[in-house]
Amino acid sequence: MPTNAASLTLDASPASRPAAGHPGIQSLRVAQKEVIADGVVRLRLEEPHNARVPDWTPGAHIELVLPTTDAGSLSRHYSLCGDRWDPHAYEVAVLREPNSKGGSCFIHDELAVGDMLTVGTPRNNFLLSQATRYEFIAGGIGITPIMTMIVAAEQLGIDWHLHYGGRTRASMAFLDELAQYGDRVTIWPQDEKGHLNLSFLSEPVDGGRVYCCGPEPLLNAVAGAASAWPSWAVRFERFVPATLPEPVRTEPFELELALSKKCITVGTDQTVLSALSDAGVPVLSSCNEGVCGTCEVSVLRGTPEHRDSLLNDAERAKNDRMFVCVSRAVSDRLVLDL
Amino acid sequence: MSTATKCPVNHGTVPVLDDDPFSPETLENPLPFQERLREAGPVVFLAKYNAYAIGRYEDLSAAVANWQDLSSGSGVGLNEPWRARGLLQMDPPEHDAPREVLQSILSSRVLRSMKDTCMETAGGLIKALLAGTAPGGQVEIDGHTGIGSKLPVNFFPEASGIDEEGRENLVPYADHIFNALGPDNGLVEQGKCKAAEYTEWATAKCQRDALKPEGFGADIWAAADRGDILHEQAPLLTRSLLSAGVDTTVYGISGMLYAFASNPEQWEALRKNPNLARVAFDESLRWESPVQQIFRKTTTDVTIGGSVIPAGSRVMLCFAAANRDPRRWENPDKFDLSRDPSGHLSFGMGIHQCVGQHAARLQAASLLEQLVPRIKSIELAAPIERHHNNTLRGWESVPLRLTLA
Repeated sequence: MPTNAASLTLDASPASRPAAGHPGIQSLRVAQKEVIADGVVRLRLEEPHNARVPDWTPGAHIELVLPTTDAGSLSRHYSLCGDRWDPHAYEVAVLREPNSKGGSCFIHDELAVGDMLTVGTPRNNFLLSQATRYEFIAGGIGITPIMTMIVAAEQLGIDWHLHYGGRTRASMAFLDELAQYGDRVTIWPQDEKGHLNLSFLSEPVDGGRVYCCGPEPLLNAVAGAASAWPSWAVRFERFVPATLPEPVRTEPFELELALSKKCITVGTDQTVLSALSDAGVPVLSSCNEGVCGTCEVSVLRGTPEHRDSLLNDAERAKNDRMFVCVSRAVSDRLVLDL
Repeated sequence: MSTATKCPVNHGTVPVLDDDPFSPETLENPLPFQERLREAGPVVFLAKYNAYAIGRYEDLSAAVANWQDLSSGSGVGLNEPWRARGLLQMDPPEHDAPREVLQSILSSRVLRSMKDTCMETAGGLIKALLAGTAPGGQVEIDGHTGIGSKLPVNFFPEASGIDEEGRENLVPYADHIFNALGPDNGLVEQGKCKAAEYTEWATAKCQRDALKPEGFGADIWAAADRGDILHEQAPLLTRSLLSAGVDTTVYGISGMLYAFASNPEQWEALRKNPNLARVAFDESLRWESPVQQIFRKTTTDVTIGGSVIPAGSRVMLCFAAANRDPRRWENPDKFDLSRDPSGHLSFGMGIHQCVGQHAARLQAASLLEQLVPRIKSIELAAPIERHHNNTLRGWESVPLRLTLA
């Protein structure tokens, strides 16, 4: 989900950030920074001792901890867009979003080659499954995870097509790299051609999958246009969490922690994550919006109210896990594997 | 066998060994070969097989993580594979989706939820073996035929949803697959006559309608229904659970029992502090790696420890040698529960690291939990017998004398 999360309001409090020296955290050097389209910079983040960085798969994202002020920092998630055959570095492309909390502006205006950045381990909530054909749909900076999927599809010899929309041609990153794929790629700048034509989605393709990353209106348009496809065949990566309704429960609920043998109450005014932290059972978290997947916890009994933007319907129905930064309980009690 | 000599062929400065890692003598006791391998250099050339080999911990750790330059896609044996390609013989990106599916099916969370079932299976096995022996009395059993070769053959196919018919085929089926990762020697020759029959049996058991409605096999098919993998991949993935998950765990558990029997003071230490069960299995895997080595093929010239392995070479990654490398492990030949065995390479490392490791650990932990309160001491009752396999450190017999608490 979190790709260029510039529009994400991710503001991990210091308490929820892993301590330095956590194995999931590494310190990487900004080795290159270049403008690749209007308002888009690409960063290359290198392991300073030429050691390997943790492996990743197409669609994965990493967390960058950005020291935006002297007092604090912002946590932002960006899709990886580099070459996984390069084991010593990650690459991300970042869109400047002046209306956001300042993470992307910090990267554009202040971050310099040579700076060190704290970087999380890659996570992937947008996995490329095996298929006989891929329809890739990207809106704006949503092209980043799709770029790595295209490389994989080429290597696998699987038929694919990219539909790539953007405000203007000049604002669209990676057009040069995409030129080599000829008519597999449809470039759709809005100022020249209007909104992406999604009529190709009206008929489901047997064995096909749709992968879509972009702003919320595009995701909604694709979900509507692909309504005839099976839900599992259409996969989205969100910049921002889906809008949440009010919680179903208006009363507090109980948490039983199986490993630490504790029982705690989650009040209506706190999250499961904060209740756990208060009880001395902190869970690693990052986005606090149910989009990044960091705070996954196993549910042993009880029914969670899933409020994340990660699980699909089938995964939700299993009720065997939850993202404690946003998800709550339907049942009076949840038994967690903590 | 030889010590390192100057290479007659053009292998630069890489030392040459003319050892046969697959000879009956080496398979009976691989430790002297593995020591020569480690001590000759970071990389050696195995003249008999025209292959390179790595045995030092640091170099091997780097090599096994490096999927980019050391590929699995043309098989993980000495020669190109003879059978359909499973997860172990795939490179990214082909490897990505099926690996993800198996990893979530065999996650530590899922396996933790199977603890009760596994404890019951292990408990039933142990109770039957000890029945009729009074507290304080002694009983002689075979740790391999009575425990090691029983628990995984009961637990794992059950958890996978494979029906009961023909489960005795599992160990010989995988025995041949692991032999075939070595040279075409007598062991492979012996297995050939029944290989097709076993493969046919295993393939039939992994078809959707042959699987029980719940289990790892059914989970794999469900992943295909959800579109994470293709349906045509499901039988082969299910089959790879059976070929990779049974013999390795059998020998792991038999090896752990042998480790305790030949180091009785470690059993005493475990009895005093049952929390050591957490490290016991992994330490025994370090000490006696069930998978001794696996091969890769270089996709480019690769520099390891200052030596260059040319592109297109087959490279033996000898986990067993690295697990006893004195550069990494203090007193490496000692089975010692007071050490931290973290980082041992018996499950491999990197993107191909054993996906079933939580299943193996669950079985070993359940077994120890059943044994510790009941068994006061454990010792060897007679000489052990090895089972030779080109890849696995196998067992025929681990005769044990158990004194009940």
